[in-house]
Amino acid sequence: MDIKVRVWRQPSADEAGKMVTYGVKDISPDASFLEMLDVLNESLILEGDDPIAFDHDCREGICGACSMVIDGVAHGPEKATTTCQLHMRHFSDGDVIDVEPWRAAAFPVIKDLVVDRTAFDKIIQAGGYITAPTGTAPDAHATPVPKKDADLAFEAATCIGCGACVAACPNGSSMLFTAAKVAHLGLMPQGQPERDTRVIDMLQAQDDAGFGGCTNMGECSQVCPKGIPLHLIGRLNSDYRKALRNSN
Amino acid sequence: MAGTGILLVLFLFAHMIGNLKIFFGEETFDHYAHWLRTIGTPLLPDEWYLWIQRGGLTLAVVGHIYAATVLAIRARKARPVKYAHRPKVQGSYAARTMRWGGVIVLLFVIYHILDLTTLTLNPNGVHGEAYRNVAEDFAPGRWYVTLFYVVSIVAVGFHLRHGIWSAVRTLGQQTQRGERIARLSALALSLVLVVGYLSVPFAVTIGLVD
Repeated sequence: MDIKVRVWRQPSADEAGKMVTYGVKDISPDASFLEMLDVLNESLILEGDDPIAFDHDCREGICGACSMVIDGVAHGPEKATTTCQLHMRHFSDGDVIDVEPWRAAAFPVIKDLVVDRTAFDKIIQAGGYITAPTGTAPDAHATPVPKKDADLAFEAATCIGCGACVAACPNGSSMLFTAAKVAHLGLMPQGQPERDTRVIDMLQAQDDAGFGGCTNMGECSQVCPKGIPLHLIGRLNSDYRKALRNSN
Repeated sequence: MAGTGILLVLFLFAHMIGNLKIFFGEETFDHYAHWLRTIGTPLLPDEWYLWIQRGGLTLAVVGHIYAATVLAIRARKARPVKYAHRPKVQGSYAARTMRWGGVIVLLFVIYHILDLTTLTLNPNGVHGEAYRNVAEDFAPGRWYVTLFYVVSIVAVGFHLRHGIWSAVRTLGQQTQRGERIARLSALALSLVLVVGYLSVPFAVTIGLVD
């Protein structure tokens, strides 16, 4: 299939970027979106152009590195799918596809489609951990966890920290990411000692990083490649209220 | 947003119930309007309660607008470079129009106070004649006023459809089932308010109240 892509090209963080159109010919419908960009980059290199920079790592939908807004939707048109798992068969011959980086003040563009997601690391550093004794791993059944809590904690823990929630949010808020981490650790017995400080500190780190505020629009959950449910934000709000009450 | 919003929604329900008294006739409605001025007497002097409530509502409105402005400014700062290609937000129309819808509602509230509280813009404009003021206001010849009320009330409905459930979420609602219930309740409460409020101008337009 032959398509055209309009890609955001930005040489560096300090320079202005713009959308540039490229034609890509004879792409297999079974190619992934990233493979299509690989093919395009090979031809750009042969022509002596600078290849398009984009983040990728595992290419099997679990690492959270790929980060592209495709036709205005983070990770493209398929639900619960990362860009690397998106295949060209979901597009039609002759399509013009717009490819942009995550757009958020907290995620500055490094080059082309690559953004700096250090802001997420800062949120994790603020409270995304538990205090655990080191040494040999404890027995798996040493601390019983109710099945319901374990399931919900696991669902929250599937967040791969890609940042699609921020890219999609009309407010540029990272609330779904933070909520997933707060729920994941807050539901487990091991996460209780820091439960109050975690939610307060992570929200503070999120605000300091320049993310917007949550208005419960729900865009985040719609584009999340792992389908993190929106109601986790309610759990965060509840934890936050309790933490504020306990701290007084 | 949630705290001030809930206060304002509670007021909207009280206000709607008062409005519906117009269907019991001129005397009942005017008597009700007069009673509003005497709530709290003889403990409080006449109209004191009314002014306390007005003060409280004003504070709630100012707080609500302040919080909304802070959120809007933060949102703008959080995305300095806009998307070149941005389809409509997948969430509800109501969620998408909260900010501009809120501005429309504010303009409406200002007009509404000048129209039916201070009576500055009211065609009858006599204090104490609440029933006549309403009946003359929505007379068929003033269809444009009625139309403006209809548009504004529908805007309020949309605002609350997202606002009520969003407030519940802010206060900590956190289950999938609860989310469905909250969304449906928000829709139902908004519909009740819209129908309740629109029934009065419609009743005047079709001559049920005149």
